[in-house]
Amino acid sequence: MSKPVYGLGGRYAKWLISAPPLLYLLLFFAIPALIMVFAAFRFPGDYGGLVPLVDVNPDTGARELLLTAENWRDFLTFENFGRFFEDSIYLELFLKSFWYAGLTTLICLVLAYPLSWLIARSGKKTRDLLVLLVILPFWSNFLIRVYAWMIILGPQSYFSRVLNGFLGIFGIEPVSLLFSQFAVIIGLVYVHLPFMVLPLYANLEKHDMSLLDAAQDLGANAWQRFWKVTWPLSLPGVWAGVALVFIPALGMFAIPDLLGGTNSMMIGNLIKQQFLDSRDWPFGSVLSIMLTLSVLLLAAVAAWAGSRHKKKD
Amino acid sequence: MALLEIRDVVKRFGDFTAVNHVSLAVEAGEFFTLLGPSGCGKTTLLRMLAGFEQPDSGEIVLDGQNVASVPPEKRPVHTVFQNYALFPHMTVAQNIAFPLKMAGAATDEINRRVAELLEDVRLQDFAKRYPHELSGGQRQRVAIARALVNRPKLLLLDEPLSALDAKLREQMQIELITLQKEVGITFVYVTHDQGEALALSHRIAVMNQGQVEQLDAPEQIYSYPKSRFVADFIGQCNLLDASVTEVGAERMTLEISGVGACHTLPVAGAQPGQKGCLALRPEKIKLGASLPADDSDEVHFKGRVHDCLYLGDVTIYIVELDNGMLVETMLPNSAPGRAKFFDDNDLVELAWRFDAGHFILA
Ligand SMILES: Nc1ncnc2c1ncn2[C@@H]1O[C@H](COP(=O)(O)OP(=O)(O)OP(=O)(O)O)[C@@H](O)[C@H]1O
Ligand SMILES: [Mg+2]
Repeated sequence: MSKPVYGLGGRYAKWLISAPPLLYLLLFFAIPALIMVFAAFRFPGDYGGLVPLVDVNPDTGARELLLTAENWRDFLTFENFGRFFEDSIYLELFLKSFWYAGLTTLICLVLAYPLSWLIARSGKKTRDLLVLLVILPFWSNFLIRVYAWMIILGPQSYFSRVLNGFLGIFGIEPVSLLFSQFAVIIGLVYVHLPFMVLPLYANLEKHDMSLLDAAQDLGANAWQRFWKVTWPLSLPGVWAGVALVFIPALGMFAIPDLLGGTNSMMIGNLIKQQFLDSRDWPFGSVLSIMLTLSVLLLAAVAAWAGSRHKKKD
Repeated sequence: MALLEIRDVVKRFGDFTAVNHVSLAVEAGEFFTLLGPSGCGKTTLLRMLAGFEQPDSGEIVLDGQNVASVPPEKRPVHTVFQNYALFPHMTVAQNIAFPLKMAGAATDEINRRVAELLEDVRLQDFAKRYPHELSGGQRQRVAIARALVNRPKLLLLDEPLSALDAKLREQMQIELITLQKEVGITFVYVTHDQGEALALSHRIAVMNQGQVEQLDAPEQIYSYPKSRFVADFIGQCNLLDASVTEVGAERMTLEISGVGACHTLPVAGAQPGQKGCLALRPEKIKLGASLPADDSDEVHFKGRVHDCLYLGDVTIYIVELDNGMLVETMLPNSAPGRAKFFDDNDLVELAWRFDAGHFILA
């Protein structure tokens, strides 16, 4: 058989097509990430930023590199990383953020699974309408939606008043919903739910219903049909949803800022604080790098556990 | 008592009746086939046996028990689906083990049975493969093994071979017959392929528009179709319009309109003057340039070859009788040194024994 003949530039077409996104990623992801890694090893400047490595010679006006083989210790340091491990408060904050993000992911999964299943199983028209409803919140601004939650959870809202009135019947002190961990979790779940629903729906919608008939025919009850057929086949969707919820939730700072109290800070808040308030860019970079590394580590562990599980069967 | 009894079952979808007063009984160990054209209600009937649909009226009795209230997962009935419905996330062995696991069998029992079934369907070397790594015929065998593994009382097969090519289909037919004999499980087989039905079945129920037209052994169905529909649907058949002129004990005389009189076997309930048609298979008709007319058991007509269909091993000759009626005949191409016996427009004679045809009352 003869080789297929492509049009002009056929073999380069895939590079041509992928060049713009690759360039974009290089410029706005890879290079900034590298700059951040570099910043993590430098000293903070007096008024924010970093201690400069180049200076303008007042006589000649030329730019000269201050960093030399002898004096690199004045410009580069591991201290920023040391600081991260010295005080357990940072690790605790990491753990707490992982806990928040994990809980958010779990709640989103539990809420989104039946919802996605329902959407995937309804008729074409209802399905489109329901998908539209799921993405409808994106039509309004994120902050406005979070502010709405501040009102809903605030002490003056109907919701709080009814709840506290109800609790009062049993002689329970009124509770403040806003500015609490509870409010943060609600906010995180609310914001991320669509990112769980959409990949799950996309997966469940493709399921071959005759497999469920076959499972039932071969003796599987409803519970077994779910756990032996639907669930394992939906795992790609589950993993996509988990990644789409867990990772952004982990780095979220706006929601703890607006809905959380003093004790519901997350890593995102700390990183934001380092860059904007304390003006300690190197330590902020360290925190960001640690965050990225921990997510990668988690993904690696998950992938390893997944492959082991598959081998075992 | 029969293993399966279907008593006057009706199934409607809206105001459309998909299964219309069907009654039949299937004996234990039988290879039973539901045969009929597309949309005649075969799948619907099968789904009622499996429990996925409930009859609107009538009852289904399996092994002496009315199964109306038994859900599919509790019925000792397994189905081989048309698209196989293998679980894509499970290996061949896991697929086959599935019903045993659902039934809560012990691990070594599961391993033993899976190994047995893999051997039965000759897939020992494929146990660890996933369905997408198998050919169509192999998937088919996995589906059958999976449905047989925990010995259902009844195996339902819904056009299991229709997705395979002709050659493989023939091979799988032979395998199915062998397998059914080996395992001794009752098969209810659905197909719209009459050749398949004749080749495989102990008995066939020919269905049309939700009703059973005829239920008989393959030879009976083929040789003595009870209705025009059955005669026409099963194989090639000449249907010659005729009316009864005389009914005797041994023979009955027909008048084929515009052609002449002929004898045939009497059929129950026939009265002189009744109309109907004579069903006559092409291969039962003798064809020649001139045929001796001394045999009183034979019916003779003259005609002219209207068309020839050369099929390699045989040739189909469409012969036009004097009144313009077309009769299909068939001769094996056994003439030495020649491809076939006749050509278009050759004058020929037709003859058939009086008991070759079968009269169907209108
Ligand atoms: N769920 C349903 N709702 C409405 N009508 C249905 C339904 N299922 C089947 N029918 C109708 O009932 C009739 C019989 O369908 P069935 O699937 O039993 O046919 P079949 O004999 O299996 O045909 P085929 O050989 O094409 O598979 C068809 O006309 C079909 O349109
Ligand atoms: Mg069908």
